[in-house]
Amino acid sequence: MPAVQETVERVRALDVDQYKYGFVTDIESEKAPKGLSEDTIRYISAKKNEPEWMLEWRLQAYRRWLTMEEPTWARVSYPRIDFQDYYYYSQPKAGPKSIDEIDPEILKTYEKLGIPLRERDALLGIENSGGSKVAVDAVFDSVSVATTFRAELASAGVIFMPISEAIREHPELVKTYLGSVVPVSDNFYATLNSAVFSDGSFVYIPPGVRCPMELSTYFRINERNTGQFERTLIIADEGAYVSYLEGCTAPQRDENQLHAAVVELVALKDAEIKYSTVQNWYPGDKDGKGGIYNFVTKRGDCRGDNSKISWTQVETGSAITWKYPSCILRGDNSQGEFYSIAISNGYQQVDSGTKMIHLGKNTSSRIISKGIAAGHSENTYRGQVSAHRKATGARNFTNCDSLLIGNQCGAHTVPYMEARNASAQFEHEATTSKISEDQLFYCLQRGLSQEEAVALIVNGFVRDVLQQLPMEFAVEAQKLIAVSLEGSVG
Amino acid sequence: MLEIKNLHARIGDNEILKGLTLTIPAGEVHAIMGPNGSGKSTLSYVLSGKPDYEVTEGSATFNGQDILALAPEERAAAGVFLAFQYPIEIPGVANMQFLRSAMNAQKKARGEEEISTPDFLKLVRLKAPDLGITQDMLRRGVNVGFSGGEKKRNEILQMALLEPKLCILDETDSGLDIDALKVVAQGVNALRAPDRAMLVITHYQRLLDHIVPDVVHVMHKGRIVRSGGAELALELEESGYAAYGQDAA
Repeated sequence: MPAVQETVERVRALDVDQYKYGFVTDIESEKAPKGLSEDTIRYISAKKNEPEWMLEWRLQAYRRWLTMEEPTWARVSYPRIDFQDYYYYSQPKAGPKSIDEIDPEILKTYEKLGIPLRERDALLGIENSGGSKVAVDAVFDSVSVATTFRAELASAGVIFMPISEAIREHPELVKTYLGSVVPVSDNFYATLNSAVFSDGSFVYIPPGVRCPMELSTYFRINERNTGQFERTLIIADEGAYVSYLEGCTAPQRDENQLHAAVVELVALKDAEIKYSTVQNWYPGDKDGKGGIYNFVTKRGDCRGDNSKISWTQVETGSAITWKYPSCILRGDNSQGEFYSIAISNGYQQVDSGTKMIHLGKNTSSRIISKGIAAGHSENTYRGQVSAHRKATGARNFTNCDSLLIGNQCGAHTVPYMEARNASAQFEHEATTSKISEDQLFYCLQRGLSQEEAVALIVNGFVRDVLQQLPMEFAVEAQKLIAVSLEGSVG
Repeated sequence: MLEIKNLHARIGDNEILKGLTLTIPAGEVHAIMGPNGSGKSTLSYVLSGKPDYEVTEGSATFNGQDILALAPEERAAAGVFLAFQYPIEIPGVANMQFLRSAMNAQKKARGEEEISTPDFLKLVRLKAPDLGITQDMLRRGVNVGFSGGEKKRNEILQMALLEPKLCILDETDSGLDIDALKVVAQGVNALRAPDRAMLVITHYQRLLDHIVPDVVHVMHKGRIVRSGGAELALELEESGYAAYGQDAA
């Protein structure tokens, strides 16, 4: 039977790749001492076999961080974080031994989303008698696909690997670009990330290369090990193109409550980067306890002329989301885009938006943000559009819609606009609406259930943004939206 | 098929239906006429289960089943269809998608198999042209940017696809010019069937020239005050509702 033979061969190939790319992590839990100090950072750096310059970089960030204060301007509230009470480095922990140990609610959600069993087990981090190999077996389909893809990527000259590998194998690229978009001193969380980042992805697309596939499947597996301080760096050299997908619609368990990721994108002349995210971290229980705090810095630099960076995000998880994927439009004629769906339910708090910084001539940006608030949640759009005095001909269009479901949630829009030259044209549209009783009744009268009706209306509301997502992701996202809003009406 | 007995219903403190009794056997078309504020639309909402309308007394059974006890979507699956006086817009949801979701939701509720995409498309292609529903209207958001006539025709298309057992048409003629009225009436007449009852609510006789009813009822102050054959509509057209204490206007 050829299928079996192929399977066996792929498993063999996998083992080799696992080793080579550093995926297999020792399953026994190994942690740095609790709290943060120079010693912790030395420990992390040593664990990762980092060169001296990387350690220095981290230490500089750490010293800087000590002088900084936690920002409080976002419209979110949470108990004060004791940063000395966290572990900053731990090998992936041993997961639950069997499916019986998992919250049945999460399992139900998986069923609704149609997540394949094996993939599900991997996401939950379930081990079985097979020991450390299980995670691999579980995501076998995706991994094997990724393996096949890797050969194809390599032949195109694309570099795609964990950033910890890239630091050792491509130091010249990492040195040039790391921290060049989000400087070490950028903000409290980004600086913290610079000091202690665990892992993440590194992508380099050489000049003139159109990355032959969406970089997605691979990442799903990779992601499990990136830990709480993810660091991603993507460089599209002149005339290159890449589409990158982050995240997964399945709700993700994580022992680490505090997440502070940094993502840097660099687009050189005529290059284009499309970055799509689906974020569905654990939002906390029905009273809002125990959810993930997600403090993310994502920024793209349209460094060359005619370059383009496009962010698309679907945010449904986390107890607190603090996230503003931004574009620096440095090159002339460069373009920035931000498409966002942010859904909050229960006691979730979302403060998200974007910054479009126009520096070059004839730069344009487009912002489409759809916020949906249900339950007791608070959902804020915060956006900044600015044009430098040399940014003649800068144009921005912003459309920012909020939809409220129920009477106990809140939607807020906080736009900042600043034009320092007279030729800039900024347009801003914003609406806030509620799902009307009439719309609901119309749907019910046609036979849809309350939940189906809400999902249908909300999907209509976010359609402009869903269309920006790669096809397979869009279908998943649509299901996810329905699941996220369950129980929000009635 | 539909049996309403001594039905009382209110919205807030305002009692609107005050002891309405009405029976529609299968295969018949009954018209309800009456002055504004007599409770015609309220009857359609109470039968279809709109929230905020509270039944305080009486009963309504449909094929022996107490429909007042069912949720709105359960009534829909049981075959109750309301063609709205003011069809609702749902931006971003393609008309086609809406139709298919509704159809499959009802099938699911009845334990039937869902319709496949090709079969659904075939069905729509079969029914849409007679009602003058264009491809463009099927692709656009539900009722978004539709003219008054287009909205009403779209309601009838939904009715034709969902094949309900009880069709309630609430002032379907309002806002229609004579050509549009004919198209809509043809669509409705095509759906007359021995196993289907229809309740046509209208203010004017004009619609009943095109959808000829078996029985006409006059409604006033929340009750049926007179019933007769199709000729009753003509009589009302001449004498107006003055005899019932109100102007026809």
